[in-house]
Amino acid sequence: MKDIAVVGVGNTKIGEWYDYSLRELTDEAIFKAIQSANINPKEIGATFVGSMSSGIFNQQEHISALVGPYSGVNSPALRVESACASGGSALRVAMMAINAGYYDTALVVGVEKMTDLIDIGDVTTALGTASDGEWELGVGATFPALFALMMRAHMHEYGSTLEEFASVAVKNHKNGSMNPDAQFPKAISMEAVMNSRIIADPVRLFDCSPISDGAAAVIVTSKEKAKKYTDDPIYIKGTGAGTDHIALHSRSSLTSLQSTKTAAETAFKMAKISPKDIDFMEVHDCFTIAEVITLEDLGLCDIGKGGKFTLDGETALNSTISVNPSGGLKSKGHPVGATGLYQVIEMFHQLRNEAGKRQVTKNNIGVTQNIGGSGATCVINVFSRSD
Amino acid sequence: MSVPRFWRRRRSLYSLEGSKCAKCGKLYFPSRLRCVECNSYELENYLFSGEGKIVTYSWVYTPPQGFDSSIPYCLAIVELVEGPRLTTQVVGLAEAEIKIGMPVEFSFRKISTEGDEGVITYGFKFRPKGYPNHKK
Repeated sequence: MKDIAVVGVGNTKIGEWYDYSLRELTDEAIFKAIQSANINPKEIGATFVGSMSSGIFNQQEHISALVGPYSGVNSPALRVESACASGGSALRVAMMAINAGYYDTALVVGVEKMTDLIDIGDVTTALGTASDGEWELGVGATFPALFALMMRAHMHEYGSTLEEFASVAVKNHKNGSMNPDAQFPKAISMEAVMNSRIIADPVRLFDCSPISDGAAAVIVTSKEKAKKYTDDPIYIKGTGAGTDHIALHSRSSLTSLQSTKTAAETAFKMAKISPKDIDFMEVHDCFTIAEVITLEDLGLCDIGKGGKFTLDGETALNSTISVNPSGGLKSKGHPVGATGLYQVIEMFHQLRNEAGKRQVTKNNIGVTQNIGGSGATCVINVFSRSD
Repeated sequence: MSVPRFWRRRRSLYSLEGSKCAKCGKLYFPSRLRCVECNSYELENYLFSGEGKIVTYSWVYTPPQGFDSSIPYCLAIVELVEGPRLTTQVVGLAEAEIKIGMPVEFSFRKISTEGDEGVITYGFKFRPKGYPNHKK
């Protein structure tokens, strides 16, 4: 793959935006991205929209056509869906289209407008469709419960503790308190996490990312065209994806994601890096257990020690490796189909030294990890400022 | 869940029926039409014994639609003695009693309801092995 450049980004603050519709959220993100890249919308060859479940959340499909023209972008548009990895997957499709020579430049939009459903059972069910609808959701599984099954297995297998998992939430909220676009930009204590109410034991409320509205947009182009739009593009040096069985019970492991391992192997090989070269990461902490497993699957710590690694402060901002400087899904929020692109936007700001109080000091190589479902899908990208 | 979507799965849900490949012997739960190991379509119905053990579990306090009649409920992955794993609810025990590795068995139960006037779905849940069918 030839390197792809990110030349402009835009996003809404994540929140519960009852006063704004899906297309109003994407319009804000798209217009900011267009301004950021200083691009004429006519130069955008194609639009790729990542969204998990606008059909259930908003009674609206065909959002590829909904969002582009509303914002003055009339390029051919396509929606990409892979649950919570829809944003990351949409970016990969855009990269493939550019590398295949069909377009020079593409707009990638991620959006989820979740609060149009107001009953928590309805939201739980909508999200549950990213699991095996017949054999998981259909027998009473929810997403917190599926991750609880992994967390319990991890505790049983490795002796990991609730305090270790809670430390992921505490760390991410500390980072998120410095992110003005975060839904919950507030630090929280270990006690607050461990005393929060049980959602699906052992997963507590503060182990979970929130229900969120948000839209994110990035403009990507070939390396050759990048300097036309900005003096300071960031480059995607490697990309990888992995897919495993949709049902957790069909996978070979409950405490590791093969999709992450496969995606990482491909992306790291393409970027010619090893895990120790990574300076900072945005990883998919939809639940605290997910970040712990990711640290282990990426080889950043010993197997079974991801929680202890976090509790020991190794993943804190500007420690051994900065993980989720944005606050992650936990503090920043998790508008599911947009999350993969919010991660890319954090890469953009961190690599360009414009992340404010949460700026990482070591920023040569950044990595995003975006998972879909209970880990059946994973998208990993490697970013650098140097071409 | 719509009636057709439920109806076509009734044998697996009601009696733990899966498939056995006549060519390579691979066992599947739930049943399927083609053996993905050897590509044979010669799959026979296979009735699982209903015995297994708990691999991992959770207690669900925030359920999806139709599952709010008994909160919290235990959700688990059970490994059948024949090999396949499935996700199921486990009934007949308290939170403190459940353990990973605990032997459990098939139990026919109500699964979910679709509102006040909709379909009531039935199917498998699991219970501790030897759990009395009718408590005295």
